[in-house]
Amino acid sequence: MYILGQQLINGLILGSIYGLIAIGYTMVYGIIGMINFAHGEIYMISAYLFTIFLSLVAIFGIASLPVALLVTLLLTIAFTAVYGFSVERIAYRPLRGSTRLAPLISAIGMSLVLQNYVQLAQGARDQALPPLYHGVFRFGTASEFVQITHIQAIIILVTVVSMAALTWIINRTELGRACRATQQDRTMANLLGINTDRTISLVFVIGASMAAVAGVLITFNFGSFNYFIGFVAGIKAFTAAVLGGIGSLPGAMLGGLILGLSESLFAGLVNTDYKDVFAFALLVSVLVFRPEGLLGKPAVEKI
Amino acid sequence: MKRPILSLAVAVVFGLVLVAGMPVQAKTIKIGVAGPITGPYAKFGEQLTRGANAAAAAINASGGIDGNKIEIIPGDDACDPKQARAVANRMVNEGVYAVAGHFCSSSTIPASEVYDEANILMITPASTNPQVTERGLPAVFRVCGRDDQQGDVAGDYIANVVKAKRVAIIHDKDTYGQGLADATKARLNKTHGIKEVLYEGVTRGDKDFNSLITKMKGLNVDLIYFGGLHTEAGLIVRQAAEQGLKAKFLSGDGIVTDEFPAIAGPATNGVLMTFGADPRAIPEAKSVVKQFRDGGYEPEAYTLYAYTAVQVIAEAIRSTGMSDDGEELGDYIRSHTFSTVMGKKQFDDKGDLKVSDYVVYRWYPEGSSFSYKQIQ
Repeated sequence: MYILGQQLINGLILGSIYGLIAIGYTMVYGIIGMINFAHGEIYMISAYLFTIFLSLVAIFGIASLPVALLVTLLLTIAFTAVYGFSVERIAYRPLRGSTRLAPLISAIGMSLVLQNYVQLAQGARDQALPPLYHGVFRFGTASEFVQITHIQAIIILVTVVSMAALTWIINRTELGRACRATQQDRTMANLLGINTDRTISLVFVIGASMAAVAGVLITFNFGSFNYFIGFVAGIKAFTAAVLGGIGSLPGAMLGGLILGLSESLFAGLVNTDYKDVFAFALLVSVLVFRPEGLLGKPAVEKI
Repeated sequence: MKRPILSLAVAVVFGLVLVAGMPVQAKTIKIGVAGPITGPYAKFGEQLTRGANAAAAAINASGGIDGNKIEIIPGDDACDPKQARAVANRMVNEGVYAVAGHFCSSSTIPASEVYDEANILMITPASTNPQVTERGLPAVFRVCGRDDQQGDVAGDYIANVVKAKRVAIIHDKDTYGQGLADATKARLNKTHGIKEVLYEGVTRGDKDFNSLITKMKGLNVDLIYFGGLHTEAGLIVRQAAEQGLKAKFLSGDGIVTDEFPAIAGPATNGVLMTFGADPRAIPEAKSVVKQFRDGGYEPEAYTLYAYTAVQVIAEAIRSTGMSDDGEELGDYIRSHTFSTVMGKKQFDDKGDLKVSDYVVYRWYPEGSSFSYKQIQ
């Protein structure tokens, strides 16, 4: 019984990780209808930045782990946001108003550029972060228990909270209203005095900040990364976003959870070799019956 | 239209000067060195190139191959089978005499087909999959052991020393990893009558192995045998410790690098692995090891194997009178004994070493890091 419980928790954690990265995909898609393939790379860069800042902070003699982590987290978010902003500025804004395929191709190009840039600047080998913190919640007896480490609990918490906060921003704030207006009709929004370029930039900055939060938490959890993690994580998170309905924030969370749980339960109860096959078969079957994803709105072609 | 003619003239003049300068110079013997110079397994590529370059430098310093200098041509396959074929084709076009490489079995096997077509000698310092030499290619050799030998040692150790009852066998679905896992499985099943409780494959590049570990916990596994490389092995060891799974961990030569403890963390302590008897302890290697250490590099794992591969290649080229004919070099290698930095080496008809020397090592903490020592 505790084994099954542990597998559910494993799936929950994995799902939250996917969901956390999926937010970035779904937000950008929600506002400009474009898939930002470079998002996985932004997440990868934040993992590097996190480790670099953590060692810098250690050099400056901040010994307390929570303080060091907080400082590092803020620095990482700030720098990753700059990356997100620049990517949009360089690769997507000049293509606004061109065909839908053009920014897609430049997104793939951006993703390759960032990957190779990190490979050249930081080397191709795996980087490792030693386990810094061991806190764990255990429930049950000494030999039979389910457990979740503090950092894993924080991952789930952060995913849920940021999902709720972003949903609130989109639905209740002035920025959110500008976002929705930009999404519905960019020309009209411009005429009504909304600076759509600035709104889109802000969405990229928010997306990159979420990627930074994900990068910090996931790196802290797994402790190993290389220049290629953005691709693998990006594919999974993108799948989660599509499964839940791309463009919908709760959908990203739901898609992530379904993907994570199905992978974990299949690996745990059936077979590890075929867990990805199962997860993607699930995606295909959902899309056959609901092409817009679980919580997505049916797409209306603009004329 | 003036410019092209001018540059053509310059080129012709330069060409003449070069040609005029040529005859007095000795030949350069190009030897290819191919492996994962970039990518997640670059650490192994470094061992390979360090070893090969040092051997070439030593041979060149003592007059080269009968006066002809060796030039090392590096090739980067990143342990990717497709890239390995491309690298092999490039080596053929470069006109190499022989190749020391590749590293990963999954790269060595497709690359060896290209070399075989071009009749070029290939000696791999590290590919342990049996298929490397089982296909009857006349000019493919290795200076390391084979996974079936490695698997035998691992299987015997599990059954006789650890006396494990509930063994989980995990591999990374790659030629090397699965081959090694299968070899160990066969030894356990057939010789010792131990049936594993779990046999599954993970995906290279995955980070989360928690479901697999929870499953092993549910099965009360007391030993995990892993066929694969250090990136996945490190994460499995780390996550198993996090989940409080108290099982021994045994793997093969794919985790012989100091990046393994960096990923696995404190849980590295007590991890077991099979690997050839430490070449650094061989008497013949003493001065070469010292040279490496003086240069600030610890010749760990496959460094000296790469050194040996280049030595065998150079000796064969010398004795056959500068041949670049793979079959001729192969015949010579099969019928002679080589004195190398790793001692005397002889090859059988398949191209394997006549004597292989797998032993079991254990990782232990040393200072702020980890080191490994031979225990059997």
